[in-house]
Amino acid sequence: MEAVIETVGLTKVFGTKTAVDDLSFRVQQGEVLGFLGPNGAGKSTTMKMITGFLAPTAGTALVQGHDVTRAPIAVKAAIGYLPEGAPAYPDMTPRGFLGFVAGIRGFDGAERRKRVAAAMAMTQLEDVALQPIDTLSKGFKRRVGLAQALLHDPPVLILDEPTDGLDPNQKFEVRKLITEMSAEKSIIISTHILEEVDAVCSRAMIIAAGRIVVDGTPAELAARSTRGSLDDVFRAVTADA
Amino acid sequence: MRNVGFVLRRELAAYFATPLAYIFIVIFLVLAGTLTFFVGGFLERGQADLQAFFSFHPWLYLFLVPALSMRLWAEERRTGSIELLLTMPITMSQAVVGKYLAAWLFTGIALLLTAPIWLTVNYLGAPDNGVIFASYIASFLMAGAFMAIGSMISATTKNQVIAFVITTTVCFVLTLAGSPVILDFFADWAPPAVIDAVAGLGFLTHFQAIQRGVIDLRDLIFFGSIIGLALYANALILDHQKAA
Repeated sequence: MEAVIETVGLTKVFGTKTAVDDLSFRVQQGEVLGFLGPNGAGKSTTMKMITGFLAPTAGTALVQGHDVTRAPIAVKAAIGYLPEGAPAYPDMTPRGFLGFVAGIRGFDGAERRKRVAAAMAMTQLEDVALQPIDTLSKGFKRRVGLAQALLHDPPVLILDEPTDGLDPNQKFEVRKLITEMSAEKSIIISTHILEEVDAVCSRAMIIAAGRIVVDGTPAELAARSTRGSLDDVFRAVTADA
Repeated sequence: MRNVGFVLRRELAAYFATPLAYIFIVIFLVLAGTLTFFVGGFLERGQADLQAFFSFHPWLYLFLVPALSMRLWAEERRTGSIELLLTMPITMSQAVVGKYLAAWLFTGIALLLTAPIWLTVNYLGAPDNGVIFASYIASFLMAGAFMAIGSMISATTKNQVIAFVITTTVCFVLTLAGSPVILDFFADWAPPAVIDAVAGLGFLTHFQAIQRGVIDLRDLIFFGSIIGLALYANALILDHQKAA
């Protein structure tokens, strides 16, 4: 089976620091890949390269067979991306912002209104639809970011810390959403929260200093620890990084 | 084109979503009016033309346009929204041109709102409306050239104050490039070809040429090239940051 997302020797060097070091992996349809790793391990940088925001120093990423360095528009059209910190235009309302994204994503007229309404319903944004994003709580801002990533029902989702700043109920809702969508999509999420890997991921990858140190199912990872704890495994493999 | 339109509309709506648009327009109109009547002596001149009005535009734009352009890319970078914009399925040039056109169009709106002074001069006398029309074109092109340079400089920094100060300085030098203030600096040591080249860059020279009522193709090409080059550099700078 052909991989939906594939990175080939993906490398990023900032000045003298190698943030991502010759990273190669494949993600199939139906997989939810959890990116784990300490701060500065290269998780966000990897995501920024797959989504075409940063150009790789070497190597490349392919999404549905399109090379991000050669056909960036095709790659970007196939991806729903939630960047780190869920940025948005602070002066806009969620409805206005999602309308803009829907327009850029190629939806017009009634279809556009339908897409915006569906994305707001999925992320429970209706109550704040007309408030400036600036004035929203962290949890709502994160959900605005999720809504714009889901709006065009993309085959690939790349979510950088999708549950950061959410309360336990909201976390539960977002995880449920990801699980429900996972069958038809290829999803990469990055997280610090190890319980999240158990809850939503079908595969976990621990990255340290820009390299893959562990790659397996959450159960395989937990089995590496005598206590069956993901935390222990995480600490053991990233402590010297 | 479609994507340029979406970026343009979003950007333009953002101006009016905050007090920025209204403050800019009010300040522009008040300053333009004050300078025309009190400094330019519009009534005392006793001439049915708008010289007193248009001659101050370059100086108004010198600090008002950078106030608009400084946020174009610096703000996107500060809030991180640039990461959203540039991971949407649009090209870099669509993003650059869309944002630029919104800002330029906005100065055009402010300029259109000065129409009462045109009505006034037509009420008081019989001005040459062809010359006035040319002057409006000259003023709009001047604002566009400043805006393109400002947009390019805004892409180089996250700090809006730095973008403002550098843009004002660069535009000041370019405005006066054809005048003795700048030329004297080169006169002693530079070869004549360099001096001619610098003199040809003077925004004010080209502005005044159109403002006299002669819409010369060369002056249009001049402003068009400045805008085109600045926006091209703007896209290159953003591309370079991707690779950095």
